[in-house]
Amino acid sequence: MSSTGSTYGGSGVGAGDTHQATVRDTDVLRVSPVPAEHLVAEYVEDLSVFDPIVGKAQAIITRYPQSRSALLPMLHLVQSVEGRVSQAGIQFCAAQLDLTAAEVSAVATFYTMYKRKTCGEHLVSVCTNTLCAVLGGDDIYQALGEHLGSDGKKLGHNETAGEPGEPGSITLEHAECLAACDLGPVIQVNYEFFDNQTPESAVALVDALRAGEKPAPTRGAPLRDFRTAELELAGFWPEDEADYRASVDGPSAAVETLRGAKLAEDRGWTAVPYPDDVPLPEVEKK
Amino acid sequence: MTEPTTAPGPNKPAPVTPVLTKRWLSPTSWSIKTYEQLEGYTALRKALGGTPEQLVELVKASGLRGRGGAGFPAGVKWSFMPPNEDKPHYLVINADEGEPGTCKDIPLMMADPHSLIEGCVIASYAMRSHHCFIYVRGEALHCIRRLNAAVREAKAAGYLGTNILGSGFDLEITVHAGAGAYICGEETALLDSLEGRRGQPRLKPPFPAAAGLYAAPTTVNNVETIASVPFIVNGGSDWFRTMGTEKSPGPKIYSISGHVTNPGQFEAPLGTTLRELLELAGGMKDGIPLKFWTPGGSSTPMFTAEHLDVPLDFEGAAGAGSMLGTTAVMVFNETVSVPWAVMKWTQFYEHESCGKCTPCREGTYWLTGILERMVAGQGTPADIETLLDICDNILGRSFCALGDGAVSPITSGIKYFRDEFLALCDQNAKTSAPALAGAHS
Repeated sequence: MSSTGSTYGGSGVGAGDTHQATVRDTDVLRVSPVPAEHLVAEYVEDLSVFDPIVGKAQAIITRYPQSRSALLPMLHLVQSVEGRVSQAGIQFCAAQLDLTAAEVSAVATFYTMYKRKTCGEHLVSVCTNTLCAVLGGDDIYQALGEHLGSDGKKLGHNETAGEPGEPGSITLEHAECLAACDLGPVIQVNYEFFDNQTPESAVALVDALRAGEKPAPTRGAPLRDFRTAELELAGFWPEDEADYRASVDGPSAAVETLRGAKLAEDRGWTAVPYPDDVPLPEVEKK
Repeated sequence: MTEPTTAPGPNKPAPVTPVLTKRWLSPTSWSIKTYEQLEGYTALRKALGGTPEQLVELVKASGLRGRGGAGFPAGVKWSFMPPNEDKPHYLVINADEGEPGTCKDIPLMMADPHSLIEGCVIASYAMRSHHCFIYVRGEALHCIRRLNAAVREAKAAGYLGTNILGSGFDLEITVHAGAGAYICGEETALLDSLEGRRGQPRLKPPFPAAAGLYAAPTTVNNVETIASVPFIVNGGSDWFRTMGTEKSPGPKIYSISGHVTNPGQFEAPLGTTLRELLELAGGMKDGIPLKFWTPGGSSTPMFTAEHLDVPLDFEGAAGAGSMLGTTAVMVFNETVSVPWAVMKWTQFYEHESCGKCTPCREGTYWLTGILERMVAGQGTPADIETLLDICDNILGRSFCALGDGAVSPITSGIKYFRDEFLALCDQNAKTSAPALAGAHS
């Protein structure tokens, strides 16, 4: 690009023409390959699909001292409706929070858990970070890609086998470290843990999901679907008390998690007991 | 090369010292009923009987250091909060566990969420905060569920809400789910994310204690740090110091993963060595010898078999050229290629770089390209110098610690295993011309 005249760097500080002033304006409408009315049009999406969640969106806002903090949970809420964050979802959040669509879009595209393509009934995430990969995570991801592919083509990252959203559809992704390294290689389905996997067990797992089964996670609540998980991430839990308790009480006590505590119990090892009656330290009054 | 920091004395603690993990074996350890039967919320009663100043002094005296990786003294951090309440004060819990290899906070929040909640109430009281946020990694759905249930139970029992246990102290806790971004583990990026923005780090100063969440005084603490507080209140600082070393006191959850017979969580006094940890974990899996390991996640420079006796506390790890980090001990045996492992980690940092600063954003891109080329057998010996040169331009020149972490595997990998990187190039020198890194087909 050519620019004549004095630039900021070449002039006295604050004096002279600014860069902006020295370059002729480009008539963007004239050079645009897109007709002008499309370029400047504000698309207003049909937001009626979100009518049932307006109350929930407002409830999220009340959790925070400032409304914008509700944006991340609200994007999870939007995903619970559409299985992705669409342009309509972005406009819905913007309207609820009095932000611009650009502000919401900037946030939605920053975080990996917000999907731009509609997710399957289930999201299968395979950890392929170094440690899980060494233990077999790369092989698992490879095996699932091949198994879920069709027409001789492997299913890739963030691609869906089956019609997205339909029963039995599965979106596959490789994930970064899922913080379950002692249980590696790990897979998550809708963010519930399936620990100590092998390529064979992983293939059996996705086959069961495709057949409409809901295998129990090794750690987590009874399996539902991706959209229900997103609703929970937005902070909305089963209203039925029995369902709620069943999800909270889903298993977590893996052998690996308890290994140190169990070893200590078996060998009679404990921390030093508390001394009797320890007062809080005295502090001089200021 | 390293000497034991303390000679075994009559009061030497047991090899495993369950404190944070002591309730984990109990049935439904996550319920308030179990928690209350096992000392739960007794520390809160005691704390509310004292003053905030006394609690800050107690935590200072205990020597508790931040368990999120940096090791900053928690009591000192708390004391930075202004004594007045001109603006609201906030306590924010960093539960965005995502450092590769790290898996201590997630089991803790699943097994014993009330210890974190009780710690939050005590810490909030000490820092005059009336709203606490727990920022949990979005992928940790079961933890979020358990924490929400714990908040509900605690509120119903009068441990949260208004006029807690008749003390006049009010506190709300909001459990907040993240959305998949490693950078949000950086405390100022976490605050931006909690404000509903892209999670990108802020310039410091101002530090969060001066201008944190909503530009108000804020303290960000790790899960394990805050969960330790109720035990310190009940046991006292001298008791806490019966474990660990003078400068790194207390117990710590060591997460041992990888090529060991029995991987898992082992809560041991700070200063425990890998040799001791391996013994607890049943030794190397199938007897295949140790090649390299990280003391505290991929951002801490790797160690080798030479470092089996380095005391894993903040000073010991630093003295041997690494960092304690999160005590995420990833163990790799002789079958693992170091350049390959380093490449995988570098791909992670490239993916997670937030893009705010140039050295990290561009540097991790080029590091990944060069490493991928080397691992594919297309590298040259000069690549090693190029890698080190790029690392030199990232380390200390990035906006936050992500960049520093990204170079750790590379510089330490080349330091201990340069021959392995060279071997990849030898192969190439005989067979093909070097490809251009970054020149994608």
